[in-house]
Amino acid sequence: MNKVLGDRRAIFLLLGPALLVYTVVMLVPIFWSMGYTVFDGNALTGFTFVGLDNFAKFFGDPTALSATWFTIRYAIILTVLQVGFGYLLALLYTFRIKRASSLIRTIFFFPVVLPTVGVGLLFQKLFEAAPTTGPVNGFLNFLGAPSVDWFGYADSSFWVVILLDLWRSMGFYAILLYAGLVDIPEELLESARIDGASGWKLVRSIVLPLSLPVLLSSLIFSINGTLKVFDTIVALTNGGPGNTTTPLTLYMFQTSFSYGEYGYGSTIAMMLTILCLLVTLLIFRSTRRDLTKG
Amino acid sequence: MTTASGSSSAPSAASTLASGPARGNAPTSPSSSTSSSAGRGDSRARGGSFTRRPDRSRRSRKVRRFFGRLPLNIVIVLLLVAVIYPILWLILSSFKTQLEFLNEPFWSLPASWSFDNYTTAFVDGGLGRYILNSVLVVFPSLAVILILGTAAGFVLEVMVWKGRSIVLLGFLAGVMVPAQMILLPLFTIYFKLHLTGTLWPLFFTYIGIGMPLTVFMMATFFRAIPRDVFEAATIDGANIFRLFWQIGLPLVRNALFTIGLVQFFFLWNDLLIALTFTNSQNLRTIQAGLLNFTGQYGAVQYGPTFAGIAVSVVGTLVIYLFLNQQIMKGLTAGSVKG
Repeated sequence: MNKVLGDRRAIFLLLGPALLVYTVVMLVPIFWSMGYTVFDGNALTGFTFVGLDNFAKFFGDPTALSATWFTIRYAIILTVLQVGFGYLLALLYTFRIKRASSLIRTIFFFPVVLPTVGVGLLFQKLFEAAPTTGPVNGFLNFLGAPSVDWFGYADSSFWVVILLDLWRSMGFYAILLYAGLVDIPEELLESARIDGASGWKLVRSIVLPLSLPVLLSSLIFSINGTLKVFDTIVALTNGGPGNTTTPLTLYMFQTSFSYGEYGYGSTIAMMLTILCLLVTLLIFRSTRRDLTKG
Repeated sequence: MTTASGSSSAPSAASTLASGPARGNAPTSPSSSTSSSAGRGDSRARGGSFTRRPDRSRRSRKVRRFFGRLPLNIVIVLLLVAVIYPILWLILSSFKTQLEFLNEPFWSLPASWSFDNYTTAFVDGGLGRYILNSVLVVFPSLAVILILGTAAGFVLEVMVWKGRSIVLLGFLAGVMVPAQMILLPLFTIYFKLHLTGTLWPLFFTYIGIGMPLTVFMMATFFRAIPRDVFEAATIDGANIFRLFWQIGLPLVRNALFTIGLVQFFFLWNDLLIALTFTNSQNLRTIQAGLLNFTGQYGAVQYGPTFAGIAVSVVGTLVIYLFLNQQIMKGLTAGSVKG
């Protein structure tokens, strides 16, 4: 039996191709990219060794720092909003809407599958101020307010990007969290109800602690996804106005492919990877401490 | 997806049995204690109020509950409008002429249902070429990802050998690393191999990027199959390839379909890889092409731009219409990717 399940030739034949592709396309480039961080130049002009200069440049580069700051701010705000709203929707699905729940879940989920580029361009038109008035500004005009040039300012652009991603992802996190809420044993809720807990009190003292694990994993998925934001921003603002909505991903792309700076581009990618790892570790550690305390 | 009442099937069945007599008493003595003890299993499904009350008070309760829930209902309706309206507006707008865009308010309906914008988008905008490129790249890479990923998942989960957990961990690491880490070396490799200017770079990159999640998910699905199934088959004399092909594969057929859907959406909606490795107009995929579409027409031609967006959005929407349950299940299961 173990001779069959441990057949070396079969392991090699069945695992080999997948492992080969993965190694060539992912693993080797990852380490290669780390190697690029200590060089300057690109594939056409050749490379010169510069040591840690790229990292020093990164910390002295105002654009890089503002891109880092944008990435962090965007990731934290969007994570809080999308997991928060997703959780509220999930509570709604579980405790309030019963008959139409399945249909409403399906409708709220569908923006997730839409192509980001299409949605980005659509939101551009929704928030357009000139030459035609989009629905959002049209509604403002209807209320008597003047049109707002949403993409003309850093702050309003930022919030339109957040709004778009919230629109896309809310239903997704609602389903993810709903799966966790449904698993809470009915008897537990019922006994809490008999003890007089209801509404928010029930949610706070019973539902929230019990859905903490699934909330935690949602937070990690969310922060890891939002730190890598690219499509939405390219399609909606392309980093503008100026570079006020440029995340690290887009800055890396521009540095590498518009300016051909492979070394510096790899450094930015490396910093992004480190950021992703740090944030995930941070969430893990902070929750572990909470769990031992409570 | 388990339903609310299904998650606690054993205890609730017991409670319905126990509450048999209590339910019979309910109409004559509508006290709160009987309703709460009987309602254990069905309270969620029926809203916990199946004790019959005098007609008038029931109606007033209904009215009160309606108004009590009114704010919540309004919120739900507003959210539904916020989700659906943009798509509706997009589709309606795609039939408008340039003059209508500039002179009519946004809520006006198109004057005629002509497909001129769509024709322009396909003929002058090259939308057909973009869609064809996407199809040519996404489906072959999808097929390769599924075949290789399933075989690897099988080896990593069903077969017995040293070091398999390390290899699995190695695959998992690939899910977390941002794609920006692999773009530059790959660009160099493809350039050196003279693959730049073809669709091959997209094909290879998609396979590599899709692999970790597929292997990881496939391993999870194989783990759910009882080991006895495979062990019994080996005792019956099946060799390992028959074991994979005739026993393992049929058992994960549904999972394969689910992962296929997840990967399809990831690849079809990808922009980063497509932008990086397509350097000429007739190599662009639908996403990269659409992005350039607006650049091409800018603010000048609204109609074809809206038609282009509508084609890309409605395409995925139709798939979702038919397969929404599998898609929801698959995408949430594959959320590790973020």
